[in-house]
Amino acid sequence: MRFALIAAGLLAALQLAEAEAQSRTRLTVYTALENEQLAPFKAAAEAAVRDIEIVWVRDSTGVITARLIAERQNPRADVVWGLSVYSLLQMESLEMLEGYTPAGAEALRPNMRSDRSPMTWTGMDAFVSTICFNTAVAAQRNLPRPSTWADLLDPRFRNQVAMPNPSSSGTGFLTVAGWIGSMGEANAWSYMTRLHENAQVYTHSGSAPCNNAARGEYGVGISLDMRAVTLRNQGAPIEVIIPTDGVGFDLEGTAIMRGTRNLDAAKRLADFAVSRPAMEQYGRFYALLAMPGVDATVRNYPPEFAQRLVNVNFRETALQRDRILREWSQRFDGKSAPR
Amino acid sequence: MSEALAGPLVRVEASADQRLMRAGLWLAGAFLLLALGLPMAVLLSRAFEDQAGHFVGLANFATYVSTPALLRSAWNSVWTAGLAMVIVVPLAFTYAYALTRSRLPFKPLFRAVMLLPILAPSLLPALSLIYLFGNQGMLRWMLPMENIYGAPGIIVAQVFSTFPSAAIILSVALATADARLYEAAEALKAGRARVFATVTLPSARFGLVSAAVVTFTAVVTDFGIPKVIGGQFPVLATDVYKQVVGLQDFNMGAVVGLVLLLPALAAFALQRWAEGKRAATLTGRAVPLVPKARLARDLPLTLFCLAMAGLLVGIVAVAAWGSLIRFWPWNLSLTLDNYDFGRFDSSGWGAVETSIRMALATACIGTAVVFLGAYVMERAPRLTGLDAGLRGAVGLLATVPLAIPGLVLGLAYILFFNHPANPLGFLYGTLAILVLNSLVHFYTVGHLTATTAIRQLDPEFEAVGASLKVPVAETFRRVTLPICLPAILEIWVYLFVNAMTTVSAVIFLYGPATKPASVSVVHMGEAGQASAAAAMACVLLGVAILAKLAQMAVGGLTARATQGWRQR
Repeated sequence: MRFALIAAGLLAALQLAEAEAQSRTRLTVYTALENEQLAPFKAAAEAAVRDIEIVWVRDSTGVITARLIAERQNPRADVVWGLSVYSLLQMESLEMLEGYTPAGAEALRPNMRSDRSPMTWTGMDAFVSTICFNTAVAAQRNLPRPSTWADLLDPRFRNQVAMPNPSSSGTGFLTVAGWIGSMGEANAWSYMTRLHENAQVYTHSGSAPCNNAARGEYGVGISLDMRAVTLRNQGAPIEVIIPTDGVGFDLEGTAIMRGTRNLDAAKRLADFAVSRPAMEQYGRFYALLAMPGVDATVRNYPPEFAQRLVNVNFRETALQRDRILREWSQRFDGKSAPR
Repeated sequence: MSEALAGPLVRVEASADQRLMRAGLWLAGAFLLLALGLPMAVLLSRAFEDQAGHFVGLANFATYVSTPALLRSAWNSVWTAGLAMVIVVPLAFTYAYALTRSRLPFKPLFRAVMLLPILAPSLLPALSLIYLFGNQGMLRWMLPMENIYGAPGIIVAQVFSTFPSAAIILSVALATADARLYEAAEALKAGRARVFATVTLPSARFGLVSAAVVTFTAVVTDFGIPKVIGGQFPVLATDVYKQVVGLQDFNMGAVVGLVLLLPALAAFALQRWAEGKRAATLTGRAVPLVPKARLARDLPLTLFCLAMAGLLVGIVAVAAWGSLIRFWPWNLSLTLDNYDFGRFDSSGWGAVETSIRMALATACIGTAVVFLGAYVMERAPRLTGLDAGLRGAVGLLATVPLAIPGLVLGLAYILFFNHPANPLGFLYGTLAILVLNSLVHFYTVGHLTATTAIRQLDPEFEAVGASLKVPVAETFRRVTLPICLPAILEIWVYLFVNAMTTVSAVIFLYGPATKPASVSVVHMGEAGQASAAAAMACVLLGVAILAKLAQMAVGGLTARATQGWRQR
């Protein structure tokens, strides 16, 4: 009898939960966020916007962007939350984004939101190219600690540097764009030509240089800030160096897909994505947030980090992308097997 | 009167069979057209369009040819694939020869070990190679060159990963032999070398050509290995990746995809040529060959197989150890934490379940489709005109998937099945589309295995059946199916394990609730969680080994009933 009661109670609770789940609008959100960000971001969004339920499709930036563009005729995603601004601009030029200015989006830094009206995307946070420096390999091979990009030209780094191929990886491209932004284009090319002498490999994946530097395959991997932290937590002898002579950066942003069947719910999620509670979530992982005045709680970032960012005009750079990549390929791509 | 009726009656019956076979052939054709031909056509038509969808003729090809990297990539693809093929085919032939034509002890064990490389996701051998021969590798001192990255790494890893496919095809080709030919040769006092050259090799010619073609094309189209261990050594498959994933330029991706089809077409022509020279090895009067013990042959072959098996097991063992350590190479203490997948990837162990369901469906549906398709293609009698053309088309379509990089196939599936006008659009985002995609992606090797097995059966079996007025379906059920059972089980396992480990196509197709474990492995690897990635790869390997053991058990239980005639 008691068992039957408990069972009935459980069943009722289950049905209630199910009914609530059904009354919520299910939003398919495509993202390139890190795995550990998915659960807290989903919980925060669903707590703030009670009638939505988020289901994620997460993959690397390149794969997600390719999927979104391939699905363009019949979009499966309602919202994109956490994708490189270069991908968003590319989708904007293909008329794939719904124009909508989220409530409160004007409070974001002007260079971290769409310049259209209504807006097509809004920024979340900035991520930068960094040097993953393996201190154990450095000790083995007597490598100095680099603190600037220029330090990497030291002949002692010969065959010790790995970076992502900018044609295959967004990380690679933002690094190159950063060099062009800080040094000017001509100097950037001559810098890369000299760096090429020290490069062991140009990888096809943005995270591989840091992953492999962590394994000691080479001393220096050029990659993203996030990646290095994960590896360090696992015990890799990695030091995250944000060069002091200017770093390229990229934004993660939010956008609504044109053609979504859940436009209202999508707009509410977009509103949440620019709100202060959302920014506080981003701040647990990244140091520079789109909303000024929100304290980032992430550790291990140099305090004067924001000043090192190169001033990048995203739209301009996006327009130059094809030309820059073609030039890069002609100069360095597969010039030879690793020396 | 009754005499006059009997004649036409027989003909009517024969043509009922013929109708059945023809219907089967059309069905196979329709399936391949829908699941392969049309999606690929949609994608490849992009090669002739610009980004906005306007027809531009050959402009994309002109742009591509003017890129200096093209010829280098194409040449790199061809020579690495050629070299890998030249290494793999003799190794696989020797191994298969030992399995089928010698008194090698523990044959089932060697047969199972041979499959190890396809039982695990490709990240696993790549990690092993880094642990063994990377710059911090345990065996780095053995490397003759400065480092493993680039062409040497690609070739070693490709030899490892294509060995099973070649060995499967060759062991099927060598499995059936007519002892009478060998007895005749012996009676004629032919030397061993001569017997080998005039009896053994010709009967395995079709298998040899198939194995070579499969190896070559698989190496040319695989991008996983060049991506991880190839450094910046450019090949055509990484060019596709660069165009599609790096630049989101599907038009250029389609152009390179088309270029990649060329080796497949050449391979197809080669196969046609080999076919012209073939003859059924197993005639109705055949007597199965039972190898006699001969130490001078058995001992070297056993040692060879031991060495090969040792290498295969070693590579897997290193990765298995890698899944149990905290962080290679700095903290080698052992832990089971890496198997707590929920910590690394939100889909956790659920991804493994998705993979198993997907692999089971692919294997069960796929084996039936592949084998029946090959059967109607091979045995549909007296085809003329349109039907003969159809058979050619089905044969071509069945060979093509091998030449399509998964990336290209995945993209083709999005463009085709996600099109608003496609009535099959409901499949998109479900497990069904992952199953369909995997089935088609791995069609070729299964098809070749089935074809090789069926071709070794004399068409006389059907002819006798027909003259006894036994319907062809009955002959199929009572003769073809039992004799081909080992090959059928091989196909089942091949499809199962490949569906468990495939990445490149399904990465474009999984939905929120259908992320397979093989994709999780890649994600964890990308996120720098190498040990967790190795751990999930090992779980997939474990499941695949279970499937293989199940196949062996089924094979063993039914052997007495179906293969007893092979003994004398």
